[in-house]
Amino acid sequence: MTTFTRRLALTAVATAAFAASLPALAAERVNLGVSIPAATHSFMGGINYWANQAKKDLEKEHKDLKITIKTAANAPEQANQLQDLSTVTKINALVVFPFESAALTKPVAQVKAKGAYVTVVDRGLTDTSAQDAYVAGDNTAFGKIPAEYIVKQLGGKGNVVALRGIATTLDNERMDAFNAVLKGSPDIKLLDAKYANWNRDDAFKVTQDYLTRFKQIDAIWAADDDMAVGVLKAIAQAKRDDIKIVFGGAGAKDMVKTIMDGKDKRIGADVSYSPKFIYDAIKLTAEARLKGEKLPATTIIPSVLITKENAKDFYHPNSPF
Amino acid sequence: MPPEPQTPPPQPEAAAAAAHRSEAKPRWTERLHGLGPVIGLVLLCIAGTLLNSDFATVDNAMNVLTRTAFIGIIAVGMCFVIISGGIDLSVGSMAALIAGSVIMFINWAGPASGSPLMAVMMGAVLAVVLGALFGLAHGLLITKGRIEPFIVTLGTLGIFRAYLTYFADGGALTLDNELSDLYAPVYYASLAGIPVPVWVFVIVAIIGGVILNRTAYGRYVQAIGSNEQVARYAAVDVDRVKILTYVLLGVCVGIATLLYVPRLGSASPTTGLLWELEAIAAVIVGGTALKGGAGSITGTVVGAILLSVISNILNLTSIISVYLNAAVQGFVIIVVAFLQRGRR
Repeated sequence: MTTFTRRLALTAVATAAFAASLPALAAERVNLGVSIPAATHSFMGGINYWANQAKKDLEKEHKDLKITIKTAANAPEQANQLQDLSTVTKINALVVFPFESAALTKPVAQVKAKGAYVTVVDRGLTDTSAQDAYVAGDNTAFGKIPAEYIVKQLGGKGNVVALRGIATTLDNERMDAFNAVLKGSPDIKLLDAKYANWNRDDAFKVTQDYLTRFKQIDAIWAADDDMAVGVLKAIAQAKRDDIKIVFGGAGAKDMVKTIMDGKDKRIGADVSYSPKFIYDAIKLTAEARLKGEKLPATTIIPSVLITKENAKDFYHPNSPF
Repeated sequence: MPPEPQTPPPQPEAAAAAAHRSEAKPRWTERLHGLGPVIGLVLLCIAGTLLNSDFATVDNAMNVLTRTAFIGIIAVGMCFVIISGGIDLSVGSMAALIAGSVIMFINWAGPASGSPLMAVMMGAVLAVVLGALFGLAHGLLITKGRIEPFIVTLGTLGIFRAYLTYFADGGALTLDNELSDLYAPVYYASLAGIPVPVWVFVIVAIIGGVILNRTAYGRYVQAIGSNEQVARYAAVDVDRVKILTYVLLGVCVGIATLLYVPRLGSASPTTGLLWELEAIAAVIVGGTALKGGAGSITGTVVGAILLSVISNILNLTSIISVYLNAAVQGFVIIVVAFLQRGRR
């Protein structure tokens, strides 16, 4: 990582020098900037891994492509980096995973105003005219698929508790989709849904309290594979065997491995929401721009049910996530 | 009748009382001053029981106390640092980095040494040693380097967490299964019906109380916090005392971490997030002045328990919208602080 940042700094300087000395050539080359959140939790670790993977693969493949990756710890820092990418690195294409929709809309619009082609990933901007293309995971399916699975496995009858992430629109979208499915099964009761911040420790505590409070729980929607780890530990500690299903989400490698090996009968399935979509977004953008083409306005990378049958397609042992 | 979470069975109760006795100055005003958090906690427990009868069960009390142990142990160390007029913002990141280092060490030493048990024990020792070393580095930078503690520890907050993220490649560091099973009892086992982390928490609190109120060192810490200049004129070795407060805190973080690792058997970039604020809040809610000079270990312990009880009650009921959880915690903290506004 350190050598990587050093290389990043060097390439940034080199590109700047290069771009300044060869303005004529710069037009045919694609100088692509990638702006993503720093690896503050495993999912973002995955995003970082796949972004770097894309840089490695694509730069090897295309001589006229130059990719600069910047990671930011918060929204203001990301806005500064977008400015730098635009004025110093002189990018002509951008793939951005915004920290927040509203806060980053203007900074991204400014990059676009300078003539760069902009692909926004995962979180849409509040003003879509600031972007050329949008690539996203499917949050509705992320909530809908687990709900359908739980309803089916429980035969339409039982008690469910849910864990939520952090209070964001994305989390609301998932929860609403989950609730919408449960509405169709009056005998499935959602006992409660509390926030556990996509964090193992918090998930552990929230689950402990659920187990104290509810004597019969048939399924727990952990809504994230990291949180599922905490949920399982809390169940083990309380020695409860009434829980038949623990459903995570996002397809972390350990969880996919568990499904592949059939190690835990409570974990029969997962829903994909792979950080790999950043790889797809960078690849699609870079290859379209090299040909001088545009991307469709919206590309949804579908979330699908991961079961024992298809688990191996979702298993990436080298990814940190 | 709700069992009072801060007094599990006899021994700890006696201990807490002893610690309290040792802290209670003869003046009754001092006594009253320390009662704010206790009153707050009792009121909360009554409210919790009324809202959900499951709150007042032994199991729930043990869950809450075990959870509190990490923050509580760190808060005891933090109490010393704050009384001496310092602050440490890095404890959450430090705990995360120590957890990650210990996991990597045990994973490596288990197969290498051929004795998993030895590896786990060495890992536990490593946690405390690392904590002490990090604390020593803080102390030296603050005293010999003459940098504000706020700045030093703000710097290390970023450094520690970044290194953990780097070691974990942005993912998680996880203990190998058999080693994890071997280590698990440290968190999950009970002695005489009380979970191990709670025992450790009680012991750390008692030792902390004794050092603060019964030793010359404890008096020096308070003297420096009251007035550093005067302490210097009184020939107190201010630098050494200050460095030791950070080392003590580091050791507390190490102890908390060695208890924490077996819980989930993994460390990730979100481990220990915001623990520093929870620990500082526990100390301040417990009646220690943020500007230093005076404080109480008993208050700190009660403060730490109070903070976890709030979130426990919120998890056990659903009358309040989940969006307002943080607001409820904020109100309670302010009310408790109001109850014990003492000398200004």
